[in-house]
Amino acid sequence: MKSIPEFRSAKWNEPVVMEMGRSGSRGQLFPAPEDEVTEAVGIDLIPAAMQRKDRAALPEITEFEAQRHYLHLSQMTLGMMGVSLFGTCTMKYNSKTAEYATLRPELAEVHPYQHPDTLQGVLEIFDDFNGILQNLSGMDQFIFQAGGGADAAYTMAAVARAYWRDKGKLHQRTEMVTSVQAHPCNPATAAAAGFNVVNLPLEDNGYPSLEALKAAVSEKTALIMINNPDDMGIYNPEIKEWVKVAKDAGALCFYDHANFNGVMGKLSARELGFDACMFMLHKTFGAPKAGGGPAVGAYGCTKELAPYLPCPVVVKHGNSYILDEDRPKSSGKVREFWGNVPQVVRAYAWARAMGADGINLASDISVVANNYMDKKLGEIVGLEISNPKINAHRMEMTRWSLAPLTEETGVSTVDFANRLADFGIDPYWMSHEPWIVAEPFTPEAGELWSKEDIDMWIGVIAQIVQEARTNPEFVKTAPHNQAIAQVKGDAFEDPAKWAMTWRAYKRKVQGSTKVKGVA
Amino acid sequence: MQIGVVVNPFAGLGGAVGLKGTDGPDSVAKALRLGARAKSGERARVALAHLAERVPGAELTLARGEMGEDWCEGLDLSLTITGPTALTGTARDTKEAVRAMRDRDVIVFAGGDGTARDIASVAGGIGILGIPCGVKMHSGVFGVNPRAAGAMMADLVANPKRVDFVEDAEVMDIDEDALRNGVLAPRLYGLARVPISRSLMQAAKGGPRLNSAGALSSAAAEIVAEMDVETLYIIGPGTSAQSVAKAAGQTASTLGVDAMIGRKIVAHDVDDASLLRLAKGRKLRIVLGVTGQQGFLLGRGNQQIGAKLVRRAGREGLMILATEEKLTQLSQPRLLVDTGEPDLDLQLAGFVRVTTGKRRKMMMRIDSC
Repeated sequence: MKSIPEFRSAKWNEPVVMEMGRSGSRGQLFPAPEDEVTEAVGIDLIPAAMQRKDRAALPEITEFEAQRHYLHLSQMTLGMMGVSLFGTCTMKYNSKTAEYATLRPELAEVHPYQHPDTLQGVLEIFDDFNGILQNLSGMDQFIFQAGGGADAAYTMAAVARAYWRDKGKLHQRTEMVTSVQAHPCNPATAAAAGFNVVNLPLEDNGYPSLEALKAAVSEKTALIMINNPDDMGIYNPEIKEWVKVAKDAGALCFYDHANFNGVMGKLSARELGFDACMFMLHKTFGAPKAGGGPAVGAYGCTKELAPYLPCPVVVKHGNSYILDEDRPKSSGKVREFWGNVPQVVRAYAWARAMGADGINLASDISVVANNYMDKKLGEIVGLEISNPKINAHRMEMTRWSLAPLTEETGVSTVDFANRLADFGIDPYWMSHEPWIVAEPFTPEAGELWSKEDIDMWIGVIAQIVQEARTNPEFVKTAPHNQAIAQVKGDAFEDPAKWAMTWRAYKRKVQGSTKVKGVA
Repeated sequence: MQIGVVVNPFAGLGGAVGLKGTDGPDSVAKALRLGARAKSGERARVALAHLAERVPGAELTLARGEMGEDWCEGLDLSLTITGPTALTGTARDTKEAVRAMRDRDVIVFAGGDGTARDIASVAGGIGILGIPCGVKMHSGVFGVNPRAAGAMMADLVANPKRVDFVEDAEVMDIDEDALRNGVLAPRLYGLARVPISRSLMQAAKGGPRLNSAGALSSAAAEIVAEMDVETLYIIGPGTSAQSVAKAAGQTASTLGVDAMIGRKIVAHDVDDASLLRLAKGRKLRIVLGVTGQQGFLLGRGNQQIGAKLVRRAGREGLMILATEEKLTQLSQPRLLVDTGEPDLDLQLAGFVRVTTGKRRKMMMRIDSC
């Protein structure tokens, strides 16, 4: 077993970049244009009406100072190379090979406004990847416009709205049925698209009962949106029957594949009866993510729903690829253009590198790794698995509860997460709203992490449990080895305490009155 | 902020000896005879020790002797002692101690639901906070454990900005005699002002947590929007149901049952007979909240709404509202009805749509209990 990591973050009293440097400092000094150049192109390249009257407030530092500043800032982060079992996010290594592919000029220098005849290579990648996702889901057409999982869920809501409007039944089909344990983006996006939300509670088996679904669906149901397995890790074995019940009521069925990692290669949304599904390329398909982006939600549906897809859709026409905008029943756009190209290319590279066998094996590994973790975590007194009475094996992640330890020591899951950072480990993911499980945390190993990494992570958990018993205040006041101590959350509720721009900072913090406009 | 502390030295006595609670001196004597040992003092000490650790030298007012003072020995706290000098062993002691602390901002008490009732009945508008020690703790006034109550005290003293107050926390109690006979009968006794922690955490990949007061008021507005002008709407007791009256701009009676027609209250605090009279020749629907933990819908604290009325309304006629938070924290994922008529309870069994917010419903299973 790897030993418990010892770690201490760098801690620089680094100023804001705008406070650094001195008037006149520059990264590069460019020579004035030669006379021949000036003569050829003129002196006032920017029309007078478009020239700003004052100088832009920009940092004035040398290139070397800029490098040092950002090195210092990066030293105060955990980076993305640590052991991060951040559940529901399916953390994966982002291959540098895939990264270099996106940097090739053939990809890096194309622009969506180019004529499609000059984009055939990148369009071929889109269509080829569409084929790979078709194989994994059974759907007939994928699009990559959505800028994330929630955006893809919204795509579903928009497609359902267009579908029911086209059938002349939008006034009647007003409801979206989902589970309280589905990702909150499902009710949120359906509501944003104008549907009323009907939630199903978890019942005795750890998932909603078929009876509840039967009571919920009717001629008013426009669609159902569900995850399976859910974030607790429990697979609903009645899923085929579910889809049948919803279909019998006339509803559309959407499979939110947020938790695809444990079932990839094992099942097909189409075979289970679904009309549409969504994959998150920045999770399951090894493309990077960070702080809300970049991301791509790949949305796929059957031939019957395809006319309602947002456009353009990349399709093969004869021997060439076109951007099909001529789709009169389309639900419109959920985002501009046809998708985040570098992300799609990275995901495509991941899928091609893994191959069908590799993808199949990866889901096995992630389920085995999670069950290994469940066994090990179950040996630590003070932790409790969610739904302890249900003995079904969990899939690729499991929700755990720290409630027994909290009751014993007063150390909460938030305190615990803060302390993890002291070991150079990303604070774990707790739970989506609503918190059904008290003091929750949700680790997810996926296929990336070695047994040594997992053992080390569990070792750190065991150590913090020990600390909670011997010195709870120490845990409650963590982090101690980090660049900053506890984040005071209440500052987020007080606009006087934060600033999104330098201008707002000057106004709020420095009390400067020389502010133009409102930032 | 100024804090007063009152310990009910008899709270929680009954639990260990299976008495379901110790409301009243007879139960206390019986529990003591059975060998029960009060834990409330020790639990209060855990909270006080946590306070002393977080804020050494914190100023505090305590009730005399075993009602407070005794449990602070050796702790780094600056104490003012007040309250009754001779104890009667009844609720009078608690009430007298609270009266002596009326100029404080918050009264922290160690006890259970019975103590909470006593405290709330004399607290006036002062904030109250419970250190959980009772057998029954259904009221929304308790910290999750003694340490959490201590942490809240530390914030009240040293960091009041981290504290918000809710004005309508429910003070519930269960009829102990009924409970000893196997009937769980929670009842709402009043509302109290209670300190709550401001969220100290931002969700890593989401916005702020859903505000339950906001969710409840939007659920109430949703129900008001569904009301027509002719139907009689019977508004059950409790914060949830009565928020519907509030959403219609009406003043509800909180503990009683009100009647609404045309989005206006036409009768306050009415009984079954008056409701039956009002319902003559009208369609009728019943607006209900859900009791926390047990999930009671009918038959607990709202007996004014009799079986006849419920039968006329039917399951379809129930308009239920509760926050998702409350529903997901029920001890069983179901709502219970006990109308006193088993065939009616069976008719009501099945799924209902509970309004949980604006254009949000949750399917809940009704069971007869």
